[in-house]
Amino acid sequence: MGTLDFIGETCACAAGMVFHPRRFRLGDSLLAFQRAAYDGLAVVSGVGFLLGVILAFQCAAALKMFGVEIYVSDMLAIALFRELGPVVTAIILAGRTGSAFAAEIGTMKANEELNALTTMGLPPVRFLVMPRIVAAALAMPPLTIFHELAGLVGGALVLSTMGIPTQVFWQHVTATSTAFMIVFGLAKGVLFGLVVGLIGCCAGMRAPTTSDGVGAAATAAVVWSIVAIAVGDGLIAVLAWIWGV
Amino acid sequence: MGGVTVAEGPIVSLSHVDAGYPGATILADVSFDIAPGEIFILLGGSGCGKSTILKHMIGLNPVLAGTLTVAGLEWTAATREGLCRRIGVMYQSGALFGSMTCLENVMLPLEEFTRLSRAERRERAMGLLRDVELADAANLMPSEISGGMCKRVAIARAMALDPEVVFLDEPSAGLDPITSSSLDDLILRLRAEKGMTFVVVSHELASIFKIADRAAMFDKSRRAMVALGVPAELRDSSDDPFVRRFFNRGESDGK
Repeated sequence: MGTLDFIGETCACAAGMVFHPRRFRLGDSLLAFQRAAYDGLAVVSGVGFLLGVILAFQCAAALKMFGVEIYVSDMLAIALFRELGPVVTAIILAGRTGSAFAAEIGTMKANEELNALTTMGLPPVRFLVMPRIVAAALAMPPLTIFHELAGLVGGALVLSTMGIPTQVFWQHVTATSTAFMIVFGLAKGVLFGLVVGLIGCCAGMRAPTTSDGVGAAATAAVVWSIVAIAVGDGLIAVLAWIWGV
Repeated sequence: MGGVTVAEGPIVSLSHVDAGYPGATILADVSFDIAPGEIFILLGGSGCGKSTILKHMIGLNPVLAGTLTVAGLEWTAATREGLCRRIGVMYQSGALFGSMTCLENVMLPLEEFTRLSRAERRERAMGLLRDVELADAANLMPSEISGGMCKRVAIARAMALDPEVVFLDEPSAGLDPITSSSLDDLILRLRAEKGMTFVVVSHELASIFKIADRAAMFDKSRRAMVALGVPAELRDSSDDPFVRRFFNRGESDGK
């Protein structure tokens, strides 16, 4: 199956499910969501916290020269909500979930389970791909929120060691953050989740049925997901600048 | 082995079929019919194209040339969904879904294609597992049972929708002679009880002589079907050097 065939079949399947929603395998999607979101909360939050700590230290070092360390909170809020939150969370999702999708589906292909589905009249795209893509997309908003909050906690901790009270830190964060900024970041996250799910499943469906095929598929899923996230984020940044948002 | 009553028309029919993949013809000009209720063996050495023919029969790959029909229909986008419900397939590895129990594997086609309640699906799937003598393994995962048991569960799953024809890809592969023989007994019993047609890919001579009504033999070097008929008759009366060598070598190896 070529990449374009896969994308076309997935789009056709998604369109079909709009008219026949009962064809969607909700149970499989919930299981994939649990593995992507719930099981990934710890690592996403941990990375977010450390990212917040590192950013706060680096920014504070520069802003301290002007005596305005307090603005670290503003920088953190903007950076995390608009860019780093969805982007870093999506990269973690690619590493944890996109690779798992590719490995699961690649292994099923090697074990002839995809052929078994096909000859049972169950299209693998409907049975395996759609539940996973939806799960990856829906996992992104909660993961991104946890990542961002953990990053802000890390930043607050660093600033508190520099004598800036936590209450002041949060006042600056809430003053700087807008609802649009937060929703914009979460929407980007959903888009990145779709891309990660799509690429992970595509890599699995196209995996060679050789001994190293599954490993190669998992690697390809992560690499192409990260490339797609970077390119997509760049395009969105340019469009946002053009549209003035 | 009981005689075969040939019903109205063939359940599987190949007419001048070229088998293979785009750009690579593996078998050319293959023609034969399989009657309803028959146990038909696709026979030949490794790499001769018997599994390729099977993939054409079950609609995984389109034929390169000629006409292939199952239950009177060709595999097209329009007939695919209906045909899939009229056939059952057991793959060489069993191809059970590793994330489901044996019972859930058998229930899956019933869940997707019938309006049975969950209790009715469960009861029917348990009946199928009893047919293959694996009711005790219903709640086990495929990783917890042996290869032979996996194949039995796969046969139960293949029969879930009461198909007209069941395709088995090397059911004896990787099994010890006793397990292999018990699988042959199962196929014969299921044919006797349910009247299903079985198309079996195999190169196990003991199994072939035990269960086959007829066999088609393929030769890799000639890229052709070289014999068609009752296995014992092919062994005893074929003039084809490949067929004679295949049976004689196979039997002497088995002694």
